[in-house]
Amino acid sequence: MIPEIGNLALNFALAVALIQFVLPLVGLATHRWRLVVLAKPMAITCFGFVALAFGCLAWSFYSNDFSVANVAQNSNRFLPTPYRLGATWGSHEGSLLLWVFTLTAWTFAVAMLSKSLPAMTRARVLSILGGIAVGFLIFILFTSNPFDRILPIYPVDGSDLNPLLQDPGMVFHPPLLYMGYVGFSVAFAFAITALLEGRIDALWARWVRPWTLAAWMFLTLGIGAGSWWAYYELGWGGWWFWDPVENASFMPWLIGTALLHSLAATEKRGVFKAWTTLLAISAFSFSLLGTFLVRSGVLTSVHAFANDPVRGTYILIFLGVVVGASLVLFAMRATTVSVTSWFGAVSKEAFFLWNNLLLAVATFMVLIGTLQPIIAELLNLGQVSVGPPYFNLIFNILMTPLIFLVALGPVVRWREYDLASLLSHSKLALAAALLIAVASTFFSGDMPLIDNAQVALGVFLAAWVILMQLKNWYQQASGPSGFNAKRVKTSYYGMIIAHIGLAVTVVGVVLSSHWSVEKVIRLAPGQVYEINGYTFSFNAINNYSASNYDAIQGQFKIAQDGEVVAELTPEKRRYHASGQWMTEAGIDSNFTRDLYVSMGEQLENSDDWAIRVYIKAFVFWLWLGCIMMATGGLIAMLDKRYRKVRV
Amino acid sequence: MRPLRKRRLITVLSIVSGLAVAIGLGLYAMQQNINLFYPPSKVSEAPTNVLIRVGGLVVKDSVKRDPDSLEVEFQLTDNEGDIRVLYDGILPDLFREGQGIVTMGKLQENGDFVASEVLAKHDENYMSPEIAEAIKQAEAKAMKRGSEP
Repeated sequence: MIPEIGNLALNFALAVALIQFVLPLVGLATHRWRLVVLAKPMAITCFGFVALAFGCLAWSFYSNDFSVANVAQNSNRFLPTPYRLGATWGSHEGSLLLWVFTLTAWTFAVAMLSKSLPAMTRARVLSILGGIAVGFLIFILFTSNPFDRILPIYPVDGSDLNPLLQDPGMVFHPPLLYMGYVGFSVAFAFAITALLEGRIDALWARWVRPWTLAAWMFLTLGIGAGSWWAYYELGWGGWWFWDPVENASFMPWLIGTALLHSLAATEKRGVFKAWTTLLAISAFSFSLLGTFLVRSGVLTSVHAFANDPVRGTYILIFLGVVVGASLVLFAMRATTVSVTSWFGAVSKEAFFLWNNLLLAVATFMVLIGTLQPIIAELLNLGQVSVGPPYFNLIFNILMTPLIFLVALGPVVRWREYDLASLLSHSKLALAAALLIAVASTFFSGDMPLIDNAQVALGVFLAAWVILMQLKNWYQQASGPSGFNAKRVKTSYYGMIIAHIGLAVTVVGVVLSSHWSVEKVIRLAPGQVYEINGYTFSFNAINNYSASNYDAIQGQFKIAQDGEVVAELTPEKRRYHASGQWMTEAGIDSNFTRDLYVSMGEQLENSDDWAIRVYIKAFVFWLWLGCIMMATGGLIAMLDKRYRKVRV
Repeated sequence: MRPLRKRRLITVLSIVSGLAVAIGLGLYAMQQNINLFYPPSKVSEAPTNVLIRVGGLVVKDSVKRDPDSLEVEFQLTDNEGDIRVLYDGILPDLFREGQGIVTMGKLQENGDFVASEVLAKHDENYMSPEIAEAIKQAEAKAMKRGSEP
């Protein structure tokens, strides 16, 4: 019964979304007001139906309704309850429903929070969002219905959720990520509206900024959560693999970051209008491209599902229509919104331009690296893959100048600034950052010159960014009446925290890449392994059973200078339903290092186990930085000027 | 040309040429980092000591561990040809005899393949498209041979 209600709700949602898409546009074209005002109630109703459908699917998982094919394939009666919720979006069908649910939730938020928008603009924005919902609802109903039944003979038990996904990460990572990349649909809808209306001004930028910030914030958290999950779950301590699907989420982030900065310039100075609209279109297009790459299975990836080609084709066509139509509209209308105002080579506008160029080139490089395997296959050049060295090289080259400029951007004035004042503002911080970088090389120990230089460069950039943000904050807060922290605007605090977050992530990336020690060894219970002043004692092996798996647990004590600093219990788990083995790493995390132990297999004819022993330097900073960036975005979004907008 | 226009032209030209250089370098970097995929039956065509990927099914009873280290060897097949793979390290959880895996490494002069990475699929229902393709082709060939008199 419940799945039928869900199915029905989805069909109603499609009908409502069609009304929300078509009628307001017709109303606007024919000046029939009654049709225009339909947009808001339809957006709310559509959200209601999709939420109901989503609830029905979640309930089917919760109540172990194995007559639903999706539940039977991706759940199991012994699956703990939180993971049954995670399983709701653990399959292709469920994750698409989550996609539409997120989209309609954003649309609902726009409908409720846009009282200050002119009614016509609001109707257009909601109508465009409705159009996107139509595309995805058709896709779900005709190719990937999560409510399909296996009748009359359905299995008594499900075949289980992939054990990799049975993790708290599965409960948080996909919703956060989707909130992020589907969130760019709002900026997209605003951009299309602006092109249709031929109006892009400071007010427009002020409407779009908080929505873009919100999407960017979720995307930052989503990517961070995914990276952290991979780090502890995959059992080999990596946190970024340049996997096509990671790239698919990273490209909208890069473009979204460029968009945030370009919007700032559009709001304050009325420059880069056409470029800003193009970025808003691109950010969402990259989200759609990401959906295509993940859902079609055209690329070899950790995230790929076994898939049928019809689905890929449909998304590709939808992607083509949305991107194509947007770009045609852009080409026709962009000139009507472009205004040239002058700015000097050293000015805030110019710095935003550099920021945008570097981010756009980085995105393009990630794009061609990601698509290369598809291109090569289409051109019959054989089956190829592009390895991490390519991406790492590109990023080292492009991010170095970008991060260097992040330190200076906030200091530079609008319109025109001179190099002499810039230098006098920054020379102390520059000297201090150089000093810190030189000092860091003494901690690097014995390593090749090139690695040591990379450490020094990374530390320099991070220190330089942090010092300049703090100095700039201090200056903004100081006035004739002395120091007053309240003098600094909320959004400015957001920016400072986000920039410092970036620097913190840089420290995490650089130091964990160069200062970590990683060993793969044979070790039997009762044996001891010493490395870098830490003594790892493998004390014993324990066995235990949980509701849906049996585990072999290693008992490790780690001592430093004779004192026990951590006790770790890495595990091998065998899941009952699928018989699949999983590795759970044991991690002890603190501010400067993670102690990481994970077990491979027990070696034949001996008591020895294959064990990974890692000391990961400063790896915690990586995710701390992500949290800071997201917090910065949140704070900036809450600036009161976005709430005061009146037309 | 008026000075403002000239300046703008110079700016645009320098940005465009900068982009061209960046993208050119990027494409060059990619040329150096492209890893070709070979099924076991075609590895003999691959260059030696170049990073390539080889994928196929792990041959039953072919996995041998060294008793004192983490060195391991196994055979990969696409039902058409076999290759011996040497690896030093921990095999992934989903590494099983009879199942499809992809390895990354270098072909040696003696025809052995020394892997630096062994990747197994993360989902039981999922097989990497390259292996699926290689096995399909091998099967098609076998069928053809079978039907010939």
